[in-house]
Amino acid sequence: MSSIDYTLHLADNALILGHRNSEWTGHGPILEQDIALSNIALDLIGQARYLYQYAARQTGKPEVTEDSLAFLRDAWDYRNCLLVEQANGDWGKTILRQFFFSAYQFFFYERLQHSTDNELAAIAEKSLKEVTYHLRWSSEWTIRLGDGTEESNRRMRAAMDQLWKFTGELFIPASYEKIAAAVDLSSIKPLWEERVSEVLLQARLEKPAAGWGQTGGKEGRHTEELGYLLAEMQFLQRAYPGNEW
Amino acid sequence: MSFEKTFQDKVDQDIRIEPKDWMPDAYRKTLIRQISQHAHSEIVGMLPEANWITRAPSLKRKATLIAKVQDEAGHGLYLYSAAETLGISRDEMLGQLHSGKTKYSSIFNYPTITWADMGAIGWLVDGAAIMNQVPLCRASFGPYARAMVRICKEESFHQRQGFEILLVLSKGSEAQRRMCQDAIDRWWWPSVMMFGPNDDASPNSELSMRWKIKRFSNDELRQKFIDVCVEQVKLLGMTLPDPDLKWNEEKQHYDFGPIDWEEFKNVISGNGPCNKERLAARVQAHEEGAWVREAAMAHAEKKNKEKNAA
Amino acid sequence: MQHNWPLWEIFIRSKQGLDHKHVGSLHAADAEMAIENARDVYTRRMEGVSIWVVESKYVHASNPDDAGAFYDPANDKVYRHPTFYDLPDELKHM
Repeated sequence: MSSIDYTLHLADNALILGHRNSEWTGHGPILEQDIALSNIALDLIGQARYLYQYAARQTGKPEVTEDSLAFLRDAWDYRNCLLVEQANGDWGKTILRQFFFSAYQFFFYERLQHSTDNELAAIAEKSLKEVTYHLRWSSEWTIRLGDGTEESNRRMRAAMDQLWKFTGELFIPASYEKIAAAVDLSSIKPLWEERVSEVLLQARLEKPAAGWGQTGGKEGRHTEELGYLLAEMQFLQRAYPGNEW
Repeated sequence: MSFEKTFQDKVDQDIRIEPKDWMPDAYRKTLIRQISQHAHSEIVGMLPEANWITRAPSLKRKATLIAKVQDEAGHGLYLYSAAETLGISRDEMLGQLHSGKTKYSSIFNYPTITWADMGAIGWLVDGAAIMNQVPLCRASFGPYARAMVRICKEESFHQRQGFEILLVLSKGSEAQRRMCQDAIDRWWWPSVMMFGPNDDASPNSELSMRWKIKRFSNDELRQKFIDVCVEQVKLLGMTLPDPDLKWNEEKQHYDFGPIDWEEFKNVISGNGPCNKERLAARVQAHEEGAWVREAAMAHAEKKNKEKNAA
Repeated sequence: MQHNWPLWEIFIRSKQGLDHKHVGSLHAADAEMAIENARDVYTRRMEGVSIWVVESKYVHASNPDDAGAFYDPANDKVYRHPTFYDLPDELKHM
């Protein structure tokens, strides 16, 4: 068994990115890709549900459910990394955010499926199939847009500028990650770096020089973005407390 | 035997017409118009529901709603491909949508104001759509019929999830029951109008029937829809906003009140509550996606050149 | 430059042991994307399927007006049809 915070951290990552992606549903650049990104949103929300359900069981309180965890916690109790809560921006920023996160989640779940926590291991194993596809899809799109036209390359560089500073946080363990069941982040960091470098090279994009990184999300200190996201997401549960939907 | 006669014989014998078969120009034009309007309706129809994805009240509802709206994108895609076999490109069709030359179902020009609208759309709007669409699975044009078979299979989940949303609300708090009744009140008449003008005012119907791209008249389908809904609404403990609804023993159907065709005409001609917003959202998505589509093409071309050079 | 993505015809083997079957078409910039789009659009979640994509412009079709010449002769070759053979009822599963 591991800590509830650890499970919530994983669940929050999946839900917040899934939610962000679902903001594209109906507004994608072409029908085929609208469908593709909605699929990824569905996969992530599906993962989040398994994780929240497990977290709810970990609390041992029958009144805690996947929905009370998702809809009734405020920002400071959310443990997602800052990267996933960043606003969608254009399609390029959404793609790059997905690529950075999928590359992380892929190596992360690869390890987590061998966790001493059997429940987490099972969820990781199941999710890994989905994430393998997310990584492939977002890698290809990163390459397409980086390599494509002058405009697309410029937009991808702008996205890089906005997002790179949030990638460092992925590998800095939070207090609740120092448990036996947790994935050793230092072991996946070089794998992530290698994969990202490979893709960026093909995408004709440069990795910014190592520098200051913004952190805090995993400990509940978020950017301004998350508050608005939660306000929207939690509206009905907050406006009509205790109702079934 | 003339081409025309061979064609009509095939249709009469329920032999499907395929894209490369000879067909009258008017048949081709009618199909392009009907299928592209249908496709447009699917993708514009994503918008009112996508409006609630980020506010869905539970994780399960959020996932189901995304899946549903995504299905609609899929349906739009199947239909655009069916129309493309008739010699029109998707790009051309989108151009016609964006310029206002081709229409889409005016039901999607109504706003989704509360969560209950997700239920009402599923139950009433999708319910009416299914009634219209099931006969189209036997449409004379092969690609259209096949697309419709695929669509109808997926559509039944939509209606069920909609009704279930309303059912839960109808058993909920006072505010939820109010939400439920309000949504039914707002969506009922627009749904009844989805079947189109009365038969005597429907100019294209007769030919479409002869060509078997339409199998039942507007009024027949409308009556069937109303008969079904009057029974279903009882399970919700709600009412339909029509004081004239009354069982007619002689006809074995429900009588219903007069339809406000003035409103129908207004919404069709652009004066509905959300016409401008819906179209603007589609145009915006298309325009903002231009650089993405262009970049993907440019990259594919570079790759091709590399491959050929190697 | 051509911005519109070309059209691809999609063929899917829904189950091992079956032929690939035409399911429809979609737009994609390249073959990889066409395969991924086909997975997302036409198979959603089914595992273990095989997908073929062919750019529509490379599909050559017979002319339906020749249909008589192409297919009618085979109608004479009844020996190609299984029911031509009068076999004893005891013979099962053939």
